[in-house]
Amino acid sequence: MVGRELSGWLLRRGLQAAAAFAIALTILFFLMRAAPGDPLSRISEGRPLSPAEVATLRARYGLDQPVTQQFVSFVGGLLRGDLGVSIEYGRPVTALLAERLPATVLLGGSVLLLNFTVGLWLGVRQAVRRGRREDRWLTTASLIGYAMPSFWLGLVLAWLVGIQLRLLPAAGMQDPLLSLEASFVERSIDVLRHLVLPALTLSVVSIAATMRYQRTAMLEVLQLPFITTARAKGLPDTVVTWRHAWRNALFPVITLFGLWLPILVTGSVFVESVFAWPGLGSLAAAAVWGRDYPLLMGASLLVAALVVAAGFLTDVAYAMLDPRVRLA
Amino acid sequence: MIPLLAVLRSAWRKPRGRAGAVLLLVVILAALVGPWFLPDPLAQPDILQGSLPPGPGHPFGTDQLNRDVLARVVAGARVSLSVAFLAVMLSATLGAAVGLLAGYWGGTVDSALMRLVDGALAIPRLFILLLVLAAWERVPLAALIFLIGATGWFATSRLVRAEVLRLREEGYVHAAEALGARRVHVILRHLLPNAAGPLLVAATLAIGDVILLEAGLSFLGLGVQPPAPSWGGMVLDSKEVLVSAPWVSIFPGLAIVITVLSANLFGEALRDAVDPRSA
Amino acid sequence: MSRVLEVENLKISFPGGDHTRVYPVDGVSFQLERGQTLALVGESGCGKSLTSLALLQLVPPPGRIETGSVIRLGDTDVLALQGEALRRIRGRRIGMIFQDPMTSLNPVFTVEDQIVEGILAHFKMARAKARERALQLLQEVGIPDPEQRLKAYPHQLSGGMRQRVMIAIALAAEPEILVADEPTTALDVTVQAQILEVLDRLRTSRGMAVLLITHDLGIVAGRADRVAVMYAGQIIEETSTGRLFANPSHPYTQGLFASVPRITGPLKRLNPIRGSVPAPAAWPSGCRFRPRCPKAFDKSELEPPLLPVEPDHLMRCWLAEQQGAGTRQEPGTKS
Repeated sequence: MVGRELSGWLLRRGLQAAAAFAIALTILFFLMRAAPGDPLSRISEGRPLSPAEVATLRARYGLDQPVTQQFVSFVGGLLRGDLGVSIEYGRPVTALLAERLPATVLLGGSVLLLNFTVGLWLGVRQAVRRGRREDRWLTTASLIGYAMPSFWLGLVLAWLVGIQLRLLPAAGMQDPLLSLEASFVERSIDVLRHLVLPALTLSVVSIAATMRYQRTAMLEVLQLPFITTARAKGLPDTVVTWRHAWRNALFPVITLFGLWLPILVTGSVFVESVFAWPGLGSLAAAAVWGRDYPLLMGASLLVAALVVAAGFLTDVAYAMLDPRVRLA
Repeated sequence: MIPLLAVLRSAWRKPRGRAGAVLLLVVILAALVGPWFLPDPLAQPDILQGSLPPGPGHPFGTDQLNRDVLARVVAGARVSLSVAFLAVMLSATLGAAVGLLAGYWGGTVDSALMRLVDGALAIPRLFILLLVLAAWERVPLAALIFLIGATGWFATSRLVRAEVLRLREEGYVHAAEALGARRVHVILRHLLPNAAGPLLVAATLAIGDVILLEAGLSFLGLGVQPPAPSWGGMVLDSKEVLVSAPWVSIFPGLAIVITVLSANLFGEALRDAVDPRSA
Repeated sequence: MSRVLEVENLKISFPGGDHTRVYPVDGVSFQLERGQTLALVGESGCGKSLTSLALLQLVPPPGRIETGSVIRLGDTDVLALQGEALRRIRGRRIGMIFQDPMTSLNPVFTVEDQIVEGILAHFKMARAKARERALQLLQEVGIPDPEQRLKAYPHQLSGGMRQRVMIAIALAAEPEILVADEPTTALDVTVQAQILEVLDRLRTSRGMAVLLITHDLGIVAGRADRVAVMYAGQIIEETSTGRLFANPSHPYTQGLFASVPRITGPLKRLNPIRGSVPAPAAWPSGCRFRPRCPKAFDKSELEPPLLPVEPDHLMRCWLAEQQGAGTRQEPGTKS
């Protein structure tokens, strides 16, 4: 029955995602144009510009055209993969973004992994032990984790682990002194050592949310009648918890992936700047400090695209995993 | 409908809710009266002495400009709390207004507003704010509050809309409409009071988020502008003396954790009171 | 006949606020013999479902079974079991069927998965062999085209089919006792009859004892050997089915009969019992039925024990002492 319905649903959901991205794009563009201040102020570096210079610059960045015209050419550029040239770095924005993406994917992927293992596991444990001491302690711990500003936690960890205890490097992604002949394994270990602190910082802040969410979802499932059926069959507790309950509590948690990406991206702006991790987050922070509008715009667009895509993929995963799903 | 007073009382009865409320009141009280008893947060009594570790006279130590860290943390509480409360009030109002409008009028108004919200929710709030705030050399505090508030209503409007859609199906709203009540009357008299519970929960939980957001913006230099003390700004300034004077970083951060934690504790207790299933 | 299940003074409590506890099941005792069907009858909220869950220590938290309660399965003291030993009797000694087949089956697993795991939880065998048995079980509960049904997910089956699957699951580990908690309440009338027929057939063919929990006296007749009527956490009348139908003695039981619509016999106005079952925290002192009882008298203010009405017929009412007074006044309605 599904084939036809599924493709129709996919198409509709895809269009919806595209519409959300188009609206996000429009919002971003007009926000940037509506903001007070002149994008040229940074280029002039405080030096008074001659009217001729101003005119040249305005023409170069297309600022001499009406806003709607600017919007059309911006969207045209976007479709060709051209997001303009960074003011700070003097290079194409797309190239900069592509260069920084792998580091962020590595960091984000590690955090994701920790969330979807440790975070889920703790949330399930809490639900199973609802109201007991362990549940209460973990709840308190997760609330504290959730209340931590990631930039501060990052600094504290950098100070404690990186500087006081000298256990791990507290900045960058690679040891600049590592010899050029170092093997792949040595290099990987070096990157991993650099990864620990930023990944830990981001995880502490985000796992709290995952735990809370998983706990609630799991509690809801645990009181459903089919759990009693499973127990009455004589299944061991672990099978009841993980096979029967968790498989069902997983669906709301999949949705979390869509909600969770913005938290990760936001956190990475702070954590990457604190640990000088060469990813998109620190690039965005640098763009802010340099008032580098094209770069900031490009980073924001990329983030919006990721968030929309994550939402879309979440729904698709949901539809594929749940045998009951009614495509609506 | 759940009367707000009953919700507050029920939240107060839970140990966590009470702990959160008491902690939050302590922070608010400290922010209100603390500055009378503490040194001037901007005073630099002996700038050459640099930062002193915590000790008598300076319980939290002094920063690199020899300013009293405790006085600055307390002064920062004033700024952070006012930004948070005002911004949350603005976003709750906007969210309620848009949600009521979309949910009650329905049709094109609803779809247009909700598509807009879909799009806005695709951009993490921080990035919207970065884009707008980067335009200022120095952001005026009022503009900061306005912008944080104006970017925080998207999720709230969805929440209120859902609540309105649910309530519209209930008998008494139909009854009021059948009796010829005017739309404004139905909204103010029937829908808004019923949506107040979830709205209060969302607003309380948003306080913590906004404090973290403002601290983050200040940490990036886009929030509260120095020399006005703010928790995020203090952490930013402390980066350069992290090795020699870690206390300058630690105390403002602890202030953020405690304040956000207390707001969230109270918010969760409120949520349990409004929706007991989530406990 | 040999006794397969014995419940003695079963008490289940829940926190009632302000550190008090309430007792939705308050001193229930009954026995079940091999091959026998006992019907536990009562309105919702009388504690009959909790009683059945207690048999396998499945009372949901924060409820708990009070010390002093005894549940004996043959020689096994159920309430002394925990962990692996407890798991081994669940499904193996007692199989359970629940009220709502919509929500009692796990939506994300196929019928095959759900039956097979019940078999493998108790017997060491290859999965293929277990699948073979699952197939036989589906045939036994009368599911047409069982090969196909094995691959189905619960939402692809009708309510009646789902309840048959539930029965197959309950039979997976060949228990000697089958507990059916309102097995037909959620089903259409015609399907109800089919399910009851399946249960009857299985009891005869497998020689199982059945504990049938229901609010519906109509399905008890001709099916149960004995009936225990529950009200407000207690058994208030217990006897053989024949005696109960011939001579319902407790005013509450009489009320239940008066509120059942009858197809045969003269058309009569139904007489529902006034009021409703009070919540466990609000149970009155003395006889718990007193506030709703048309025959309450001064002695009802004392709590009555189970008293004999006639041989092998007990009721929790002081009227039993007056032998017959007012207990036989409605023979016309039950022929």
